[in-house]
Amino acid sequence: MTKILLLFLLIAGSLPARAALDPAQVRQLAAEDSSDKVAAIRQLTQTADPDAVRVLKAMAEDSLFLAGNQVVIIAGEQAFDATSGAAIKLPANPESPTVNNRIRGELANALAALKLFDPDPAVRLASAQKLQSSVSPEMAPLLARALAHESDAGIKALLTLAHAQANLGNADPAARLAAVKALAETSSPTIRSVLQPLTEKAGESDDKVRYEAIAAVKAIDNRLAIAENVGRAFSGLSLGSILLLGALGLAITYGVMGIINMAHGELLMVGAYATYGMQTLFRAYFPAAIDWYLPAAIPVAFFAAALVGVVMERTVIRWLYGRTLETLLATWGLSLVLIQAARVLFGAQNVEVANPSWMSGGIELLPNLILPWNRIIIVGFALFVLTLVWVLMNKTRLGMFVRAVTQNRAMAGCVGVPTARIDTLAFALGAGIAGLGGVALSQISNVGPDMGQGYIVDSFMVVVVGGVGQLAGAVWAALGLGIFSKLLEGWAGAVIAKISILVAIIIFIQKRPQGIFALKGRFVE
Amino acid sequence: MRKPLTIRIISSLDGKAWLALGLFLAIALVVVPLLNLTVPEDSAFHVSAYAITLIGKIMCYALVAVAMDLIWGYGGILSLGHGLFFALGGYAFGMYLMRQIGRDGSYQSELPDFMVFLDWKEIPWFWVGSDSFGWVALLVVAVPAIVAFVFGYFAFRSRIKGVYFSIITQALTYAAMLLFFRNETGFGGNNGFTDFKRVLGATITSPETRLVLFGLTAVLLATTLIFASWLVKSKFGRILTAIRDAESRVMFIGYNPLWYKLTIWVISAILCGIAGALYVPQVGIINPSEMSPANSIEIAIWVAVGGRGTLIGPIIGAFAVNLAKSWFTVSFPEYWLFFLGLLFIVVTLMLPQGLVGLWKKLLAKKGALA
Repeated sequence: MTKILLLFLLIAGSLPARAALDPAQVRQLAAEDSSDKVAAIRQLTQTADPDAVRVLKAMAEDSLFLAGNQVVIIAGEQAFDATSGAAIKLPANPESPTVNNRIRGELANALAALKLFDPDPAVRLASAQKLQSSVSPEMAPLLARALAHESDAGIKALLTLAHAQANLGNADPAARLAAVKALAETSSPTIRSVLQPLTEKAGESDDKVRYEAIAAVKAIDNRLAIAENVGRAFSGLSLGSILLLGALGLAITYGVMGIINMAHGELLMVGAYATYGMQTLFRAYFPAAIDWYLPAAIPVAFFAAALVGVVMERTVIRWLYGRTLETLLATWGLSLVLIQAARVLFGAQNVEVANPSWMSGGIELLPNLILPWNRIIIVGFALFVLTLVWVLMNKTRLGMFVRAVTQNRAMAGCVGVPTARIDTLAFALGAGIAGLGGVALSQISNVGPDMGQGYIVDSFMVVVVGGVGQLAGAVWAALGLGIFSKLLEGWAGAVIAKISILVAIIIFIQKRPQGIFALKGRFVE
Repeated sequence: MRKPLTIRIISSLDGKAWLALGLFLAIALVVVPLLNLTVPEDSAFHVSAYAITLIGKIMCYALVAVAMDLIWGYGGILSLGHGLFFALGGYAFGMYLMRQIGRDGSYQSELPDFMVFLDWKEIPWFWVGSDSFGWVALLVVAVPAIVAFVFGYFAFRSRIKGVYFSIITQALTYAAMLLFFRNETGFGGNNGFTDFKRVLGATITSPETRLVLFGLTAVLLATTLIFASWLVKSKFGRILTAIRDAESRVMFIGYNPLWYKLTIWVISAILCGIAGALYVPQVGIINPSEMSPANSIEIAIWVAVGGRGTLIGPIIGAFAVNLAKSWFTVSFPEYWLFFLGLLFIVVTLMLPQGLVGLWKKLLAKKGALA
């Protein structure tokens, strides 16, 4: 690769007459009139010659001087002829040409554009990206040359765009037409705003170009709208995943066992604090493997929350089976105790949980559509937890026992199912899954003593809409609520969307009091 | 022959209960004002302004607790959204109090300060008439009643009950809280209403005004108690209890539970609204946090602690929990939530009948021994 680049540079350097810079041009850099200087700078830029870069750089750094008729570069105690680059004797009293702000700006632009010929692809990429926002018609030939030399496909695409943008100001309608056609392929809001003036008579005199521009703006608008909707659907999907993670554990405790667990949000909190604890542990003892704290936190959070669940079930909940409203009050009490315990243990302030480095950034599908990694991973994680729950409930002995106890407790007991132990295990399972939800939440929102309260209403809505005791219902409800509320947010704002969703649920429950899927189990009257 | 209404109301409470009520009103209307106004502040018998505000506030809560007991204890419907009706009453009366500030606000404008802050030029349509006490008094009753009627009609018609009803009421108050937190709603956003100066022309913080509000609350609490005990002993109350215990059977006999539930639901909401309206001038602030689901759940615990289905129990519960709260939050601020949480657990596990049930049990044991 380096070899090719070197070769490439050699060719690039030798193509436009390798002979040293035109002395008259260099001399013009020190002209009295600013406009003359600007013209000289632009011409020198056109050559894209490494010597030109050197001279312009010297001028930008105030080390270009005029000694009689000769332009020299003075670096410390040494002097060079600006045109040939040959070392010369230090002149007696060099004069510095005036460099005002206008010239400085011009020099900065020129040097940025010349970076397109830098051997380092990263520098070229940065330069090409910078040009997307500031490209002037004069740069068109330069860009054309850079385009001809460019081998990297990504940079080439950027240069093509910049070149087309520069050509929009071309005097030749045919060139403008080609430029508009090239730009119509993009989906960037900046290019749309560049093309916008061309759609009006004042901005574009040639009819053909103007019609092409109108079509191009329309095409870009379409693509932008598609990207926006895809983005919205994705954020709905990720919100749905978060709701699902919050509600899955509840689907077991509330749906299957008939317990209103108002402390469910606090079990999420336990999972989130467990994640925080693992992060602290890794920072203190395994700083090299800090990125691995999150996978390590998954089992820890599960078992920490499950343990809290076992304690809750053994001490309080087991006395309240069948008295649903009482479980609501007692678990609310438990939630208050857990909140205060978190305040005492970790302080009332939110703690900071950082994303591991592999979760930062995102996939850029389109210029205005970036899917952040942490959201993608949460969607995947929700899928993982869902599979886990499904397998546990449908493919294991424990799941079979839980379903048996749900459907007919007395009969299950008669055939030897240890119903009390199954209750404990099922509750612990629901709690552990809440802990897993807490791991995911720690990556996208604040971790603090009050965090659970924010999710409890949402989680119950998912379970109620989905139909008590139905995993499939919880999935549909979570995704439906997530996507629906993101779509509403698009045109009504977050709060109004939330309120409309709650009202819609209230109305929905009128029509289907049992949720999307009717329940079968302990609740049936 | 049916006995006249007055007789029926009088006979709804026994002699001891009337004596207790009379004693309560005598203390609230005569003893407390005397101790507050005439006894010097350094005396041990002086009742401070703080105590009057605190007790007045708790009496408002007690009124809400009685309203909750009507719907939960006698109707079997656990509402987790009663804070909404309380806050609606409070906001309605708060509008009047905001208009009474007049030009004495920070911006010296006819408009309430928060509207000036939002750069509104005139009062929005739903504030029209809020400078009239009569109109606002009507709103205090009508707004919670209408909200409760609309919500209750649809909920009871489709026979939503039990846990579903509880959770939906929670969603309702949560949605309302989010709405009131917004500045655009026109109710002062998250700061709500505060900085009141006058009520009916009287300075709101003067000792006399405080005592009038205090006495008014006491009278209303007593009246509500009498009204509620008449209501639950009437035929209506007995059908309501029957619906609570076996709704299907009541339907088969030929009653439509919808109207019974709806009536008690609306009555309960109105009582909450009145309590809210009395609460705001005494405490001096109303904001959307009154509608938080946590506040509404706490109302249920007052009733559970005192003993539901007893009417007097919820009052005892409201006093016990709130006095404990003001003591705990001053003495052991760290432990209040622990205490409240344990209270929820202990009461549901060990005292299903609440304090009143415990008292009755102790009396029965004593009787058995004698």
